[in-house]
Amino acid sequence: MTRVIKLRQGLNLNLAGAAKREKISVAAGKTFALQPSSFVGVKPKVVVKEGDKIKAGDALFINKDFPEVKFASPVSGTVVLVERGERRKLLSVRVEADAQQEYAQFETKSACGNCVKQALLDAGLFGYINQLPYAISTNPQTEPKAIFVSALRDMPLACDFEYELEGNEKDFQAGLSALAKIAKTYLGIGASQSAKALTDAKDVEVVVFDGKCPAGNVGVQINHIDPINKGEVVWTVDPTAVIFFGRLFNTGKVDLRHLVAIAGSEISNPAYAEMLVGQSISSAVASVSDGARIIDGNPFTGTKTTKDGFLGAHTSEITAIPEGNNADELAGWIMPRFKQFSVSRSYFSWLLGKKDYNLDARIKGGERHMIMSGEYDSVLPMDIYGEYLIKAIIAGDIDKMEQLGIYEVSPEDFAVAEFVDSSKLELQRIVREGLDMLRKENS
Amino acid sequence: MSFLRNYLNEIKPNFEEGGKLHAFRSVFDGFETFLYVPNETSKCGVHVHDAIDSKRIMSMVVIALIPALLFGMYNIGYQNYLAAGQSASFIEMFIFGALAVLPKIIVSYIVGLSIEFAWAQWKGEEIQEGYLVSGIIIPMILPVGCPLWVIALACAFAVIFGKEIFGGTGMNIFNVALLARAFLFFSYPTVMSGDKVWVANESIFGLGNNLPDTFTCATPLGEMATGAVPAASVMDSIIGLIPGSIGETSVIAIAIGAIILIWAGIASLKTMLSVFAGGIIMGLIFQATGQTPVEWYQHIVIGGFCFGAVFMATDPVTSARTETGKYIYGFIIGALAVIIRVMNPGFPEGMMLAILFGNMMAPTIDYFVVQSNINKRLKRAK
Repeated sequence: MTRVIKLRQGLNLNLAGAAKREKISVAAGKTFALQPSSFVGVKPKVVVKEGDKIKAGDALFINKDFPEVKFASPVSGTVVLVERGERRKLLSVRVEADAQQEYAQFETKSACGNCVKQALLDAGLFGYINQLPYAISTNPQTEPKAIFVSALRDMPLACDFEYELEGNEKDFQAGLSALAKIAKTYLGIGASQSAKALTDAKDVEVVVFDGKCPAGNVGVQINHIDPINKGEVVWTVDPTAVIFFGRLFNTGKVDLRHLVAIAGSEISNPAYAEMLVGQSISSAVASVSDGARIIDGNPFTGTKTTKDGFLGAHTSEITAIPEGNNADELAGWIMPRFKQFSVSRSYFSWLLGKKDYNLDARIKGGERHMIMSGEYDSVLPMDIYGEYLIKAIIAGDIDKMEQLGIYEVSPEDFAVAEFVDSSKLELQRIVREGLDMLRKENS
Repeated sequence: MSFLRNYLNEIKPNFEEGGKLHAFRSVFDGFETFLYVPNETSKCGVHVHDAIDSKRIMSMVVIALIPALLFGMYNIGYQNYLAAGQSASFIEMFIFGALAVLPKIIVSYIVGLSIEFAWAQWKGEEIQEGYLVSGIIIPMILPVGCPLWVIALACAFAVIFGKEIFGGTGMNIFNVALLARAFLFFSYPTVMSGDKVWVANESIFGLGNNLPDTFTCATPLGEMATGAVPAASVMDSIIGLIPGSIGETSVIAIAIGAIILIWAGIASLKTMLSVFAGGIIMGLIFQATGQTPVEWYQHIVIGGFCFGAVFMATDPVTSARTETGKYIYGFIIGALAVIIRVMNPGFPEGMMLAILFGNMMAPTIDYFVVQSNINKRLKRAK
């Protein structure tokens, strides 16, 4: 019998422009960019020079602290630019793709945990594995007590993983089976997901989560399945990365194609497109009006980008919403504001049912100290006092952060809380700062 | 309305750094954000935000206070005409009461908001809207006979020493409005208690009646403090036609406010109910042990019990912040209010001190609730 965990807290926000279940094609463009910012916690060291010829799967940069962790190029071609920002911080490595793609061939054995690890390291895919605590790209020296994969994506405008899975079932299963060799692997799925490849996944324990966003967050799921204690490490893997891993073991190639939702009210035809990690997003967002906000990811956890941007390594959506910086809404403190969404019944969204809201990027209020109580807890389905944890981080109190469970959270777990927060605090930034503080302290 | 926006955009540079009106930046910001939702967009984290903000929350609380305020105005007229033995129309009574109350509200807002504006300017911060609520509650919990200069003093004390020195709205330990009342209660007892301050005794613009200097009228609470059962009927107490602080008398008007607050999700139902539970249980205990002849339900309907339970105990900043903590916090307040009323004849009204005590205990209550979560985590690690 599959375990079913019901979660009461959370919030499903319906935004206008959700992607329809149909595939469109997006022109790839010649240049691809792998951005180290996709791999949190990695200190990148470039291992190619401009002009080098590489194959898909060859390393573009490595983790300075753990040189065995390489980061594979999504395409074959010529390295055209090593882009650096302030203080020579590496921003991206750009590759101009060949017309005919060549793949580096890897010998992969998935007989034992160490073989799997080695195969992923060789192919430059190991860095796609994240870890808790700290919510960073993991390193091969960690011994995970378990591996968690969440196939449920419930953030607004998120890419439907069941749709992405169609046609990739074998690779997904191969990826799961390989991970299960390393440690006990759990697959979290949503109550509404019925794909056989998920419900009947082999070698893993399937756990069903029945609840609102952020029930799909792997951190939330871990908190209910097997909470992390101090000193323990768990690995978390995107379901898309599981497919990448499976492809590696099935074909010996690094093939980073996956389905991306192109969504949001600013997109004229929201649908899905097959894209490669690092692909230019310009043709996907060609129809977006100037001044609109383009997000690499979903509106809750994504990062702001531009038409010249590239798809991040962990990104499964490109979304575009109105910026709203010229909205000039009059007397927001008293007007009914029917077009606005709020969990508070001082607005009317509770009356309007499952309407799709076209929200813009305005903060819609000034930042304040925490005033209302219980706001975070109502959308944080974890056994954690979110408000106290945030306060401990703001105060820089390391002991309190540990005691209140900072090892169990990642910034994305606070995304919904940040959305509903009437004090408009930047919770995800605060949590990230707290995690960085502890990582520094414990290293 | 674009002409207004254009006008604001035009004058805005004067208030910015280097502008000649920079000293009034906080005032300009305050009015601009009051007129228009800020157009500032998110820089990191979530890209969309809920439409709620603290301005909306505070406005909802003010709206919830309006029924009690309007009824309080009427009741002041009613008490005056009743004391003089005159009859008058509803409108006359209401207008008389409104004329008696409005100057108090205006003074409270002018003094409190001026300090807030000046403080925000000094600290280079945004104006915080917490005082919109405190500013209207302060006059509502004072007797009608309280002079304006005393109110001004209390508002200044409460804003500076009750709120700003702690860091502003959200950081204060004690409820600001109650602190103003406590300040007056101990510093100017003659205008805050006794038998002379509860009924307006001067006519205003020809409305109302001049009452003789010797006129006295005890509140039901005052009667209770002497060990007697209050003379006012329970029905009058529920409707609110009894002497008392301006906004506290009508249970019905306060109940309307409570419904608005709970409906809007601003006040905690848990806190509110447990205050009532605490008061009722303590009232029953005192009645059963024969310590007071007052019925348990009279404790609830007279004085500031309902007003305190609905509008002040539920202040999210000074109340317990954990859900479990709210039950304990509310119960302590309700029980303590009745204990003070019954056991301490020096303080006819126990609600003010009970809530201030509750405010003081709230962090400790939360500490134990949060500590139990911490202990669970520590135990798991072993």
